[in-house]
Amino acid sequence: MTYRRRASPLHAARAGVGCAYCAALALATLLLSAPVVLGAVLVSIAGAAVGARVVPEMRRAALLALPLGLLVMGVNMLVAQGGLTVIARLGDLPVFGQTDITLEATVYGAVLGLRAIALILCGALYTAAVDPDEVLALFRRFSFHSALTATLATRMVPVLARDARRLAEAQRCRPGPPPSRARLMRATTSGVLDRALDVAAALEVRGYGAARRPRGWRVSRPWSRHDIAFAVSAIAIVGLAVAARAANLLPFQSDPSLHAPVGAGGAAAAAALVICALLPFADRRGIER
Amino acid sequence: MSVLSLRDVTYTYPGTFAPAIADVTLEIGPGELVVLAGGSGSGKSTLLRAANGLVPHFHGGAFAGRAIVAGMDTRDHGPGALAAAVGTLFQDPETQVVMGTVRAELALPLENQGEAPAAVARAVEEAALALGIAHLLDRPTAELSGGELQRVALGAALAGRPKLILLDEPTSQLDPVAGDELIALLRRLNEDFDAAIVIAEHRLERCLGFADRAIAMRGGRVVCDAAPAEFLAWACDAAPELATPGARLLSGLGLAPVAGVKAARSALRARGLLPDVEPFAAGAPDRRERKSRRRAEDPALELDRVWHEIDRGPAILRGISVQVGPGERVALMGRNGAGKSTLLRHAAGLMRPTRGKVRSSGRVALLLQNPTNYLVHERVALEASPAALATVGLGDPSLADRHPRDLSGGEKQRLALAIVLDGAGGPGYTPAVVCLDEPTRGMDRRRKHELAALLRDLDAAVLVATHDPEFVAAFAGRVVLLGEGTVIADGSPAEILAGGTYFATETARILGGAGGALVAEQGVALVSGPAGLAGSAVARAEVSA
Repeated sequence: MTYRRRASPLHAARAGVGCAYCAALALATLLLSAPVVLGAVLVSIAGAAVGARVVPEMRRAALLALPLGLLVMGVNMLVAQGGLTVIARLGDLPVFGQTDITLEATVYGAVLGLRAIALILCGALYTAAVDPDEVLALFRRFSFHSALTATLATRMVPVLARDARRLAEAQRCRPGPPPSRARLMRATTSGVLDRALDVAAALEVRGYGAARRPRGWRVSRPWSRHDIAFAVSAIAIVGLAVAARAANLLPFQSDPSLHAPVGAGGAAAAAALVICALLPFADRRGIER
Repeated sequence: MSVLSLRDVTYTYPGTFAPAIADVTLEIGPGELVVLAGGSGSGKSTLLRAANGLVPHFHGGAFAGRAIVAGMDTRDHGPGALAAAVGTLFQDPETQVVMGTVRAELALPLENQGEAPAAVARAVEEAALALGIAHLLDRPTAELSGGELQRVALGAALAGRPKLILLDEPTSQLDPVAGDELIALLRRLNEDFDAAIVIAEHRLERCLGFADRAIAMRGGRVVCDAAPAEFLAWACDAAPELATPGARLLSGLGLAPVAGVKAARSALRARGLLPDVEPFAAGAPDRRERKSRRRAEDPALELDRVWHEIDRGPAILRGISVQVGPGERVALMGRNGAGKSTLLRHAAGLMRPTRGKVRSSGRVALLLQNPTNYLVHERVALEASPAALATVGLGDPSLADRHPRDLSGGEKQRLALAIVLDGAGGPGYTPAVVCLDEPTRGMDRRRKHELAALLRDLDAAVLVATHDPEFVAAFAGRVVLLGEGTVIADGSPAEILAGGTYFATETARILGGAGGALVAEQGVALVSGPAGLAGSAVARAEVSA
């Protein structure tokens, strides 16, 4: 998955604000574990994906995240023995010992899985909608070489993927039995090193080795309506999550028995989170570049 | 004061004994446009790397002599420090572009120099406007075509307004249209920016026409340093592989060689050797005749109404029908994205058509663009059978123990060809059809001739996707021109290559396609022969007298 500039309010916002928006959604996921909040975050992410026109990218990320979420849930079901409501007795299993599946452990596992999925999707939204070069520009003042290396690593992923595809095609064109995996690995490594050498030479002649801190201040860029909207949205999401946690509006307990009441305040907080997250997408003026 | 001054520069790469460049002394003045000519391994790239400081700072090795760039001695200043004065563009656009967007790519060299953000923003805008890539500024670099990427890399090299721009075969990975556009751009930048440009290039006919000087290298030494016309005169005598087709045409007619199609035409016109003629059209069988002739044969390869449609994407091939007869030599031409490589992949079974059928009378061998991808062993002798190695001219026992990745570009190409041709796998492994995808990229003229001769000697049918009309003229008996995934022309090389501009040889462009002459020798025969243009010009002169 790589960043592509699209005509959307989130892409039109500055990178720092885009980062803050995605981080705010991730923070809400981490601060509150009530299923209704996790559902609200996932709805917000899905809405943001539609608003930012990155649905295919997010769908791919979701397909990768879903098995991980299920794995987390499955492992928790088998490992966690807390909870009073037994729904299956699996007997004495190797490695796990005496194993009872409880409703509470299953639900808690599902919550952990949902949280993992939400965090992955927040990262995917950031990757698809926040310009990495602008992020690099943000961090270059602190550690230019590290920031550039990180950017370069992501930029090289599609190049190396293309190289791998070409290598695989070339190997299919060789007559006779295919070469061993070890040989292929050696050839691939040689190719990657050749590529790395070329990139290093290109960076050298662009002055990477003698990079200096920039003179003067950054050019001040006026805050656009989208910068303001997403910044306010990020602050509101964090504020809501912190307030809901402080006021215990959305309690969640899974041991010894399930306890996740959703009062009017809690429901309102979850609804407000979705509205705060999606409202900035309503204004679509000035999103083309 | 010169921008680049090399004095007795000798350099040997680490782990080698022979110097890559030896006793090179030259001066390049401000605003000069210099073409660096020479075969593969002649030292062109090393010379450019000595000028931008990569030699010796990046590569190591033994360096002797002095290289002064814009007043800085490369022994004291590394490539990072020299980057402010020298912009460099390499062959492969994919590895030169390192940032995610075009704007960030153009800004990188200036940011590395510590320029203030306002100065960076202004320089990026100016470079983008100068190169005509302002509309690409916010595009991700991963989405750009090869030509666009190369322009962006050139923009990054130019953004800091360097005094010297070094280009190492910048058009070798581009199609003729993108290559010509890049060269035209360089010409304009040379005039507008007043930067000295040194360009190493195999297709000299592309850039000699507007160069101030040409420097020829052989075995790491400078063997000629002269104005383009004098260089061509020297090349016709001393280094025919460096003489452009136009120069060989004029030289063959007893005229002094000149650089560029326009100048060559003027020279011929001044002698009455270039009358107004219609482009070649007659003499080839018509379409119906050709079709019936091919249907009568049992084809070695047949693509029958083949479609290749990408899921949620465009159709790359649109109902293509092509037949290749046994032993036939066919060139596939067309601009980038026309579907040439996809067609070859279908022929070799690497892809399955979404509609239509592909049939062949035996194995289809395919040599893709990068021969290095075929090499997996540690010794040349292990890569292919002795018979296959001998077929491609790598049967020399001294090569058997060498590491395949240490071979030269041309040798790697031939080794990969030996691998795909190898019939040692048993019956049925000898290919009925050999397909090659852009085999002449980055090859010098001599190696192209060797490859053309090798392909002519193969028993199998040969299908080659290429942008190189000179190579097509040397080996092909038929040309299929693709456009937007369909066949837009199919005929003899004379029919296809004589009447066009981009898909025409230099000889054909000079002669305006007259007589279907594609190579210099045909042009000489046409113009000087009894029934040739010279004859008609003389006849016309006699009539008017």
